[in-house]
Amino acid sequence: MRALGIILAGGNNYKMRELSNKRAIAAMPIAGSYRSIDFSLSNMTNSHIQKVAVLTQFNARSLNEHLSSSKWWDFGRKQGGLFVFTPTITSDNGYWYRGTADAIYQNLAFLKNSHEPYVVIASGDGVYKLDYNKVLEYHIAKRADVTVVCTESREADTSRFGVLKMNEDSRIVEFDEKPMISSSNTISAGIYVIRRRQLIELIEKSAQEDRHDFVKDILIRYKNLKRIYGYKIDTYWSNIATVESYYQTNMDFLKPEVRDYFYRQSPGIYSKVDDLPPAKYNSGSVIRNSLIASGCIINGEVDNSVLFKNIFVGNNCVIKNSIILNDVYIGDNTHIENCIVESRDTIRANSYHCGEDGIKVVIEKNERYVI
Amino acid sequence: MIKKEMIAMLLAGGQGSRLGVLTEKVAKPAVAFGGKYRIIDFPLSNCINSGIDTVGVLTQYQPLRLNTHIGIGIPWDLDRNVGGVSVLPPYEKSQNTDWYTGTANAIYQNMNYMEQYNPDYVLILSGDHIYKMDYEVMLDYHKANKADVTIAVMPVPIEEASRFGVMITDDAGRITEFEEKPEHPRSNLASMGIYIFSWPALKEALTALKDQSNCDFGMHVLPYCREQGKRLFAYEFNGYWKDVGTLGSYWEANMELIDVIPEFNLYEEFWKIYTRGDIVPPDYIAEDAVVDKCIIGEGSEIYGEVYNSVIGANVRIDKGTVVRDSIIMQNVYIGSDSTIDKAIIAESVSVGDHVCMGCGEEAPNVLKPKVYGFGIVTIGENSVIPSNVKIGKNTAIKGETVLEDYPDGELASGGVIVKEKEGERS
Repeated sequence: MRALGIILAGGNNYKMRELSNKRAIAAMPIAGSYRSIDFSLSNMTNSHIQKVAVLTQFNARSLNEHLSSSKWWDFGRKQGGLFVFTPTITSDNGYWYRGTADAIYQNLAFLKNSHEPYVVIASGDGVYKLDYNKVLEYHIAKRADVTVVCTESREADTSRFGVLKMNEDSRIVEFDEKPMISSSNTISAGIYVIRRRQLIELIEKSAQEDRHDFVKDILIRYKNLKRIYGYKIDTYWSNIATVESYYQTNMDFLKPEVRDYFYRQSPGIYSKVDDLPPAKYNSGSVIRNSLIASGCIINGEVDNSVLFKNIFVGNNCVIKNSIILNDVYIGDNTHIENCIVESRDTIRANSYHCGEDGIKVVIEKNERYVI
Repeated sequence: MIKKEMIAMLLAGGQGSRLGVLTEKVAKPAVAFGGKYRIIDFPLSNCINSGIDTVGVLTQYQPLRLNTHIGIGIPWDLDRNVGGVSVLPPYEKSQNTDWYTGTANAIYQNMNYMEQYNPDYVLILSGDHIYKMDYEVMLDYHKANKADVTIAVMPVPIEEASRFGVMITDDAGRITEFEEKPEHPRSNLASMGIYIFSWPALKEALTALKDQSNCDFGMHVLPYCREQGKRLFAYEFNGYWKDVGTLGSYWEANMELIDVIPEFNLYEEFWKIYTRGDIVPPDYIAEDAVVDKCIIGEGSEIYGEVYNSVIGANVRIDKGTVVRDSIIMQNVYIGSDSTIDKAIIAESVSVGDHVCMGCGEEAPNVLKPKVYGFGIVTIGENSVIPSNVKIGKNTAIKGETVLEDYPDGELASGGVIVKEKEGERS
């Protein structure tokens, strides 16, 4: 085993608005039947990385529930396995994770006790497929200290990303974290390859200096000192950490080429199996250009939308250009347009929700009466 | 000492020959059902939902699919440190090596398996019924009656009772007589093929009957127990229970799932049915597609029109195709502008463009009229149907067919095409 994996899944982001009130971004449902973290986890297992640590902190209950068993991603092994690290109070540390580097520092024992020569660091909010071995080979060929996976931004505004510039040898010469004005359209995908001993050394040094962020305090600070290279990907990559990009990423799966890439092409993306019955389309249901996950029962009209697992749509409903998260009950005669409906919600009959300018996040805390 | 109060023995070795080409390569319990399940999922899920964590599955006929499906029992939580699911095929012995020659003989040959768990009770199940049942309630009934054998029975219309083993009981529910497929039934309580035996009674009966040829529960063990004066009780079950032994009843049971509130409801929160599902993505329903009164398994892509049907996982139905009253199992591809009427299409079949299936007048099947009836078209798994052919009713096709196999581009009603692949073992 040449590498172990670390998935940074602790972050919060005000740009997710109310959607991150109850879950970490890495636990956001994606594409009908997945969670965001499934993509990085599946990439790890498909790259034969058998030992993976997930660092969680913010609102981790829903994420921990999703990671309750490692078997879905084939990590239930004697060699390696899936490790979930939340902050703990120890005799010499009473802090939460103060940043990505600190999160790794607080779990440095995991790195020190491993024997894999390399580490792949990924984030839990990216939707992509990537064979990390290819990045690793590139990393070795370039004799790099750190390799940063990067991509051309699909969004015009790159101010929420790490923006970088490479020279003709692909060495990173400029690196700005969340710049006000960006000088380049090439952004970091938040995926790094680094030698394990190098990582331990850099993390320990930063901790001594009270620096806690992996990007600002290590990558940017060391970029002229260490050989930091960019590995550019041109396959589908999306970061879901704003409501708009989350919405857009889900809607992307209505395109046949995106579905084919993620759903059918090998290697696949794995997720926790929920043992739900197949979707049921009753008489009178009208569905156009939509994704419908298992356990759904549809009576009304669904147009250009993504319905996650276990959703009931009543008679005469119109669901249009919307995303309905898991376990939602939608009463009769309801109109939902340009919305994201939060999971486990109950929308009463005759409701009307429409995002007038932009996406509306619908959270109704109605009680549901179950017989 | 390992001790389990009740263990289950699930008989899954039968061929189910009345399902025709559907069971040519697959044991009946492994046949797909209801969009994502296989028939054996129902008794296995009943076991774990009833708190039975030790299940022996007796296999014999074409066990490959069944073995792959069951594995170590993870989907049903039957991967246990002690107990769990064990697949029990016939095996070679130093003397009297034999296939399983009958239901009771199969259980007898696995006496050692049962003995290692020191059970008080043994539940005998068959792997070819669709139902939800709490075996624990049945066990309570068995205990309350101090019974030696309890037989689950179901009231059926008296005119249908002659198809079943019928139990005649006294007021207390004790069985006084039984008749196997009687011409003039004296009771409407049909045996469901589900038995709870107190272990000493089962062991004694199986040992006494060990030389009985084709030893069968209904034919030999139950009569023996009654003759020995054992306490036999009938446990009346009034829920949904369906034997899917024929193409007609298999088709019907699937179609019953698509009612608005089906009698057999898979959508209830409690009493979940578990299955091995490796297909995760949601369904995609295209812009011009129609899905009306149907259930569709995960990952299917529908571009055509589907009415009144049960569609499995990872199926693709192309534009212009109309599917009606049909059962389509997983990984099937159907081309464009085809018409599929009342067909059962098994796994991984590929159907071309402009195919008309289930057209024309009914005619009895030339080969097996009793199997291929009900007006149904049956396509065996991995078959290929070329473009531009017409297929009539009561037909069966198996194998990679080409246009030349269809005289004038047509398989008339009642016709059969079976093509063996070269080098393929039947």
